[in-house]
Amino acid sequence: MRARYVLSEVAVGLWRNVTMTVAMIITMAVSLTMLGASVLLYWQVGQMKDFFYDKIEVSIFLKSDVNQSQRDAISSALEQDPLVKSWFYESKEKAYENFQTMFRDAPDLVNSVKPESLPEAFRVQLNDPEQYRAAADKYSTFEGIEEIVDQQRLLGKIFGILGALQKMAVVIAIVQGVAALLLVANTIQVAAYSKRREVAVMKLVGAGNWFIQAPFVLEAVFAGVIGAILAYLALVAAKIFLIDGSLKVLTELLTPVPWLNIHITLPLLIAVATVVNGITAWVTLRFYLRI
Amino acid sequence: MISLERVTKTYPKASRPSLDDCSVTIEKGEFVFFIGPSGSGKSTIIKLLLREIQPTRGRVFVNAREVGSMRSWKIPNFRRSMGCVFQDFRLLPNRTAYENVAFALEVIGKSKAVARRVVPEVLELVGLGGKEHRYPHELSGGEQQRVAVARAFVNRPLILLADEPTGNLDPDTSIEIMRLLDRINRTGTTVVMVTHDSNIVNQMRRRVVEIDSGRIVRDQPRGVYG
Repeated sequence: MRARYVLSEVAVGLWRNVTMTVAMIITMAVSLTMLGASVLLYWQVGQMKDFFYDKIEVSIFLKSDVNQSQRDAISSALEQDPLVKSWFYESKEKAYENFQTMFRDAPDLVNSVKPESLPEAFRVQLNDPEQYRAAADKYSTFEGIEEIVDQQRLLGKIFGILGALQKMAVVIAIVQGVAALLLVANTIQVAAYSKRREVAVMKLVGAGNWFIQAPFVLEAVFAGVIGAILAYLALVAAKIFLIDGSLKVLTELLTPVPWLNIHITLPLLIAVATVVNGITAWVTLRFYLRI
Repeated sequence: MISLERVTKTYPKASRPSLDDCSVTIEKGEFVFFIGPSGSGKSTIIKLLLREIQPTRGRVFVNAREVGSMRSWKIPNFRRSMGCVFQDFRLLPNRTAYENVAFALEVIGKSKAVARRVVPEVLELVGLGGKEHRYPHELSGGEQQRVAVARAFVNRPLILLADEPTGNLDPDTSIEIMRLLDRINRTGTTVVMVTHDSNIVNQMRRRVVEIDSGRIVRDQPRGVYG
């Protein structure tokens, strides 16, 4: 009986103030979409780091006139270096072989390159790929080195872009979230005002505080859950039309976004919306109804 | 049943206290008038008894419970032991007489079946048999106040508080409402009524506590308005 009373009050409350309810749900949905997108980006960056850091190597290319003692100096330094996980030496001939397999689809290019024109190199894997700078500084002092190239630097740019996107999404989520919360607080005040007579009678005859507050709090929570579902649908649409659609080429480079990640955002967003809206409504009521 | 022990209530920013060192005891089953001019502090007593406000000093007891220091989550349950009517009736305009009374039961968790059994009974008691499905605007002032009394009494409270219940009614209607409160008092319910209606006080010949400028200046059994 009481549950039915509370639910019908929620429905009446949302419908009476329908324009405000819609505005609240839309702002909430935008905010939660951004929150979901930023979580997905965060996971994506983490996943990409795991994926690529295993494969990242620092290449120390040697000058064409390098001599054996210079090679030995570098290799013995690498052997003793605590930063280095593993390394191997790649001669000009080996480099040419790799070059041939890598560009076997472009025979003209392969034919134009002679083994002598490719540099010999040390291919080094670091224990911690973030330590690239320290390693580069150390080996740049050795004789006979043409150039030290780090794949991490290229990836760093990509991670930087993704990180910036993620921060932007978080900022939009926060700004929209504040707007959404103000709308929630306002909606609850309007609802409480329009039911002030009922609330006064309920307080007078001794209705429980939770019973008086429940319809208002549930109104806010309901709007939040609808907003979360809309945000989830927006992320599903983004997966279908953007990630697997027009940005397909990019995502192949960046490791794919699994469906599981998208689906996990639904309970996550519902939980966030429920908790945040519920608390906002409850706090508003404490100030507004003084119960 | 009810007692005020040296109660002082000063509202914030007020120059003098609304109640100043008042002590009064009311036994179970009594009918007591609090009288005095506007602003004398008599409505403050009702607010204190309902725990809408807390005393600045002194202690308020209702049913042997100290009301002033009561935890806020205990207040709803405490209020269920009391009924209250006001000068402005405080009915819900979009609900019928029956629904207004049933609302008071439903929001404290009573089932619809209980309401169906109890509400017609109490509406009959206050003399509104046959008018259950009228809306407040279809009822006269006296009839609206009867609905309010029915709502206050439906839960069979130990105490009925009445804050100027006849303030908006003509003399004849006022007498009818007083007969009703008297009947309720005869069922054993303690009635505390705040008023400045001298006719009624003189006719009823019940205990009178007079308040002036926040102080009790007279307390006499079977008193008149003075």
